[in-house]
Amino acid sequence: MDFFLQLLVNGLSIGFLYGLSAMGFVMIFKSSSVLNFAHGELIAFGAYLFLVLCSWAQLSLPLSFLLTLAGCFLLGFAVERVFLRPLIGEPLIFVIMLTVGLAAMFKGSILLVFGGNLHTYPDFLPPWLGLTWGSVSLQPVYTVTLIIGTAFLILFGLFFKFSSQGIYMRSVADNQRAALSLGVHVKRVFALSWAIAALVAGMSGIVLGIINGVNVHDLSGIGLKVFPVVILGGLDSIGGAIIGGIIIGVLEALTGGYISPSLKDVIPYIVLVFILMVKPYGLFGQVEIERV
Amino acid sequence: MLLTINNISVVYSDVIQVLKGVSLRVEEGQIVSLLGGNGAGKTTTLKAVSGLLKPENGRVTDGEIIFAGSPIHNLSPEEITRKGIIQVLEGRQPFKYLTVEENLRVGTAIRFGKPYQEDLKLVYSYFPALLNRRKMKAGYCSGGELQMLVMGRALMAHPRLLLLDEPSLGLAPLVVREIFGIIKRINEEQGTTIVLVEQNANMALQIAHYGYVMENGKIVMEGPAEELRENPDIKEFYLGVSAAGALKSYRDVKSYRRRKRWL
Repeated sequence: MDFFLQLLVNGLSIGFLYGLSAMGFVMIFKSSSVLNFAHGELIAFGAYLFLVLCSWAQLSLPLSFLLTLAGCFLLGFAVERVFLRPLIGEPLIFVIMLTVGLAAMFKGSILLVFGGNLHTYPDFLPPWLGLTWGSVSLQPVYTVTLIIGTAFLILFGLFFKFSSQGIYMRSVADNQRAALSLGVHVKRVFALSWAIAALVAGMSGIVLGIINGVNVHDLSGIGLKVFPVVILGGLDSIGGAIIGGIIIGVLEALTGGYISPSLKDVIPYIVLVFILMVKPYGLFGQVEIERV
Repeated sequence: MLLTINNISVVYSDVIQVLKGVSLRVEEGQIVSLLGGNGAGKTTTLKAVSGLLKPENGRVTDGEIIFAGSPIHNLSPEEITRKGIIQVLEGRQPFKYLTVEENLRVGTAIRFGKPYQEDLKLVYSYFPALLNRRKMKAGYCSGGELQMLVMGRALMAHPRLLLLDEPSLGLAPLVVREIFGIIKRINEEQGTTIVLVEQNANMALQIAHYGYVMENGKIVMEGPAEELRENPDIKEFYLGVSAAGALKSYRDVKSYRRRKRWL
């Protein structure tokens, strides 16, 4: 039983992290219907930027955290501005192929600058952040993940539900032509969703870097894990991304613990197939509203 | 003159010419109605004004559009809407997954950050049906409610010039009557200038001050609405009554006259 609980807790925290990474992905998809294949590279960018600021430039922890988020926000903004904006109005597949190209470009430049070796952050998390209930324990980094993740989630939930800018962003996702006819700045909305997505991705990059160390191949691989997560949660549901992430994380942990660590990456996909057979839009995906 | 369109030509994808020299003038505070058959170029004319041609790969190749003294035919939709021109698209186009109230709030996009509570009240006073639906997703509203929603949404932007594209499309006659009554009230009470594109010529000419008839990308007839209502050709081909005033059976129309050729 203790073993099960420990696996569950680990799975939950890892899954929460997957969910957070997926959140940014969903945001881009929701506003511009673009599948961003460079998401893993955005995650890696955040991790490396934090590495540079924190370990090399020796800035204080909160400062480097905030600067990393700001840097990621700007990167997302710039990517939209420079690479995606000229493609507005072109068929979607071109834009998606562009993100594949961006992924290669980012990965290449990171490899060029940092090499393929594993870097690690200094150990800065105070041990009191770790929680223990009986034999089940939660490592400090997972506690941090849960706190930051929940904060981001609530913040973005409120932003999209109540703020005007959030509602404009949703209106563009819903019906771009109508949004344009009302004067919504559609390009600004695209830029903003890329910026927010990169920010969230960068944040998960930092946390993943703390857990596994910073390596460009591993981090961009997490970007691929985003796909089963968002498909499970429903491509266009931010809450679904989190829950999808948690499910995949828990399944991975349980498979790794009870069956075999080598099946860890396979079983979640099999479960995914069964869930999609019952709920083809994913667990929380929008079913097309159609009044007949 | 609030809006002057001077001899514009519009071409889609650089090859398909839809408008061939359209000129029209809209005076401040009036309702101007634009009539014509399918494919006459009415919607394209509206889109040329609102700037929505660009996303559809269309462009004004010739002529000019002057709004409140300055040319607008090269501006983007973002800029044009901020000058006070709002188009209500044909076929309603709500934001299906947003609630009715959120839909209305999108109408404030051109004056982001300003208070909007008063405007919500105003819209609900024109369209009381929306008040009961305010927390409901727009996708589940009926056709009549949606038409009210998209008009209310446009009203939230305080337009100086409202371009309405077929507000009666697919609605029951009673609902159409109600909506036209509201359009007239908006024009009278808010002083909003309105360009109304319609297939329902009868309703349109009842509330309009002035009318234009389009055919094949050209204006073929214009005049004050009362005159157009009395014009024998308009009567026969748009209003469906013969010169004597009796409703005419399609059977009696001589086959060579079934479709009016204006040119």
